[in-house]
Amino acid sequence: MNLEIPKTAYNGRIKEIRLGKGDKAVTVGGETCYPFYLFEGKMPNLPRIAMEVWDTSPEDWPEAALEPFQGVTGDPVAWARKCVTDFGAEMICLQLVSTDPNGLDRGADEAAAVVKNVAEAITVPLIVWGTANHDKDTEVLRKVAEVNEGRNLILGPVEEGDYKKIGAAAIGYQHTVIASTPIDINLAKQLNILLGNLGVRDELLIIDPTVSSIGYGIEYCYSVMERVRTAALTQQDNKLQYPLICNVAKEVWKTKEAKPPADGALTLGDTRKRGILLEAMSAMVLLLGGGDVLIMRHPEAIRLVQEMITELAAPKNN
Amino acid sequence: MPLTGIEIFKLLPKTNCGRCGEPTCLAFAMKLAAAKAELAACPDISDEVRAKLEEAAAPPIKLVTIGAGNRAFKIGGETVMFRHEKRFENPPGFALLIRDSMDESEISARLERFNQLEYKRVELTLRPELVAVKDESGDRARFEATVSKVKENTDASIILMSPSPDILAAGLKVCAERKPLLYAATRDNLEPVASLARQNSCPVVAKASTLDELARLTTQLTDSGVNDIILDSGARSLRQALEDQILIRSTALSKRFRPLGFPTIVFPGEMTDDPMKEAVIASIFVAKYSGIIVLSDFQGESLFPLLVERMNIYTDPQRPLAITEGIYPVGNPDENSPVLITTNFSLTYFIVSAEIETSKVPSHLLVKDTQGLSVLTAWAGGRFVADTIAPFVKKCGISEMVKHHKLIIPGYTAIESGSLEEELPGWQIMVGPREGAHIPAYLKTWQP
Ligand code: SF4
Repeated sequence: MNLEIPKTAYNGRIKEIRLGKGDKAVTVGGETCYPFYLFEGKMPNLPRIAMEVWDTSPEDWPEAALEPFQGVTGDPVAWARKCVTDFGAEMICLQLVSTDPNGLDRGADEAAAVVKNVAEAITVPLIVWGTANHDKDTEVLRKVAEVNEGRNLILGPVEEGDYKKIGAAAIGYQHTVIASTPIDINLAKQLNILLGNLGVRDELLIIDPTVSSIGYGIEYCYSVMERVRTAALTQQDNKLQYPLICNVAKEVWKTKEAKPPADGALTLGDTRKRGILLEAMSAMVLLLGGGDVLIMRHPEAIRLVQEMITELAAPKNN
Repeated sequence: MPLTGIEIFKLLPKTNCGRCGEPTCLAFAMKLAAAKAELAACPDISDEVRAKLEEAAAPPIKLVTIGAGNRAFKIGGETVMFRHEKRFENPPGFALLIRDSMDESEISARLERFNQLEYKRVELTLRPELVAVKDESGDRARFEATVSKVKENTDASIILMSPSPDILAAGLKVCAERKPLLYAATRDNLEPVASLARQNSCPVVAKASTLDELARLTTQLTDSGVNDIILDSGARSLRQALEDQILIRSTALSKRFRPLGFPTIVFPGEMTDDPMKEAVIASIFVAKYSGIIVLSDFQGESLFPLLVERMNIYTDPQRPLAITEGIYPVGNPDENSPVLITTNFSLTYFIVSAEIETSKVPSHLLVKDTQGLSVLTAWAGGRFVADTIAPFVKKCGISEMVKHHKLIIPGYTAIESGSLEEELPGWQIMVGPREGAHIPAYLKTWQP
C-alpha cells in the first residue's frame, strides 16, 4: 500500500477585504484552504489582531487584564495610543460599553465624538463595537458613521433587528459592516443576503459568528465557524465567503475562571497566567475555526497568538 | 471499506442453517452490514473469511487502550475530520513528563501535582491520565527506580521513553501490569522493541521522520504481530506537526490507508522552551487530532484550560450538556438570600452562577430540568413555563430554606410571571434581567 495524500476539493475562496484607510490599512481574507492547511492552498493575508479599548473605565476587569493599561483606562485616546505605540497594535477595537442603556446609557453624540477623537489619534484601522441593543446601536452607530465619514471604520454588531438603518449609514458614509448573528450558519447567510440586497458591497462586509470562551460554549462557535468555512470553500456558497471577526477578549475575561478563585483553590495555578492562557487558547481555537480578525486584550496573550500565527505559516525548510 | 450486505453474503456458507438466529444467510448478512448482529453468531465461518470480514469492518483509525486500571483510557476510533460531521470520539490523554535525571524532590513535587490537579465541572471530573518517564541518564537502575516511584505514588498510566530497548525493558519490569506505552520503536530498534511490546501486550509508539517512513514502520510492526500502535511523525516545528496531524487523519479516513490508521502522540514541549507557549501549542493539538499530548510540566494555570478545552471540543455536538435539577448554592446563601431560577443547560448554568458570584450576593440558584435547553429555547418549547416551573419550585424544598418567598425569573420569561403567581400562592415573582451580564447590577439592589 502506497501513501497517497488526499486533497480537499476546494472550489471557493474567501473574499479579500481592506480595513481602514491609508498606509496602515489592513487586508484580510483571500484564503483558498482551511485555516493553516497551507499544504493545500493559500492564506495570502494572515489573521490579524485588534487590541481592545473601552470608552469608559472598566469596572470588572481582573487585575491581570488592567495592569498593562494602568494610567490610561479612563482615557480612550491615550489608551488607543498606548496600544499602538507600546504594544504595536495593528488595529484598535473601541468597545462602546458606556452607551449600554442598562449601564451608563451615554448618548449618541457623546459616543460619536469619542470615536472621532480616537480615530484622529491613530492611523491603524478602527473597529467600533456597540452594545447589541438594537435601538441604542441604531442611534449610536448611525451617528458614529456620520461623524466619521469616509474613514472606513468597521462598525458592529449589525444584526437582523437593526441592519437596515445601520447598514444604510455605513453605505452612505463609507464604512465596513460587521454582520452579526447568534452562532448559526443559516442566520449568518441570511443576514449577509439582506445586507447585500440593501447595497452593502462585498468588500465592506465581515462576519461576526458570535463567539465565546473556553468553558462557555466555544465548541458551538468553533463548529459554526468550521461549517461556514466548509460551505464557503468547498460548496461554493458565495454568501458565506467573507472573513470572520471574533470579539473574544471580553468573553474570556468576564468568566470566573479568569479571576482569582472564590475559594482560593491552589489547583487553578497562577491567576494572571491562567487569564492570559484562557484568552490565548480561546483565540487559538477560533483561529483554527477560521477567524481572520481577533479582538484581544492582554498584550501577553496577543504575543503568544501572534507567535502561533507566525509559526503555523512559517516557510518550510525542506 | 465496510462491505455491503450482498458482499458479506457472498462470503457466508449459504446453507441457511438458521443457527445464527436468522432464517437465512442473506438475512444475517444484512444484519451484519447494519452492525445489528455479531459475526460470532455464525458457527460455520472459516478463519479466512472471518479475518477478511473483520478487516473490512475494522474502524479506519484503530481504537487503542492506553494503560490499565483506574486511569486507563482509549484513543483513536475517530471517524470524521470535523466535529460537526458527527462527533469526536475519544479525547486525547495528557501526560506529565518526568526525566530520570531530575532530582528526587522535583520528581516528588511533580507526582504530587499529578495527583492533586483535578477539577469538577458539569458533574464531570477533569483530570490528566499519564506520566511519561524519560530516560536521560542512560542508567537502567535509575530509570527503573524512577518508574517505580511513579508507579508507587500515582495510579497514572505510564509512558516509558528511551531509545534503548534494554532500558525500556528495565522500566517494564517494574510496571508491566500497568501496560505502559513504549516510546519508541524506530528504524534502529524496531525488532527488540516490538518483541517487548508483544511479550507484555503493551502498546508502542512508532517514531519516524516522514509519513512515508512512518507507514513503513507500522507495516513492519503489524507484520510482526504488534497491532496497538501510536504514531509520532517526528515533526517538531509547529507547522509541520499540524500538517502531519491533519494528513495522518485524512489519509486514514478518506483513503482507508491502514498503515496510518492509528492515534498520534505530540510533544509541544519539544517545540518551545516557553511554558506559556507550550500550553497554547497544546491547545492546537487538542482541537487538531492528537491522541496523547505530552507536557513538559503540569501547572494549574495551563492544565485547567486545556482540560476544559478538551471537554468542549469532545462534547457531542448533537447533544446539549445538561446538569442535574436542584438547588445550587452560590456563595454562602442563608434564609434572606435571593432565589433565582434558570434552566439546566450547563452553559446557562455556568453563566448565571458566574454572574451571581461576581455580584458577591450569595444566592440560591434553582436549576430546572429542561433537558439541557437554554432559557429561550426551553421557554419556546414549553419546558420552562409556569406549568412546569411551579411544580418544581414546590417540590424542590426551597420554601423551607428562605423566609421571603420571592422568586427571580429570567427576563426572557417575563410573560410567565402572572401565571406563576397564580400557581405559586404566597410567592412573589420578580422579573430579573435578560442577560447574565446584568445580574450583578440587579442583585446589588436585592432586598429580602
Ligand atoms: S448460522 Fe451461518 S450458515 Fe447458518 S444461516 Fe446463519 S449465517 Fe447462514
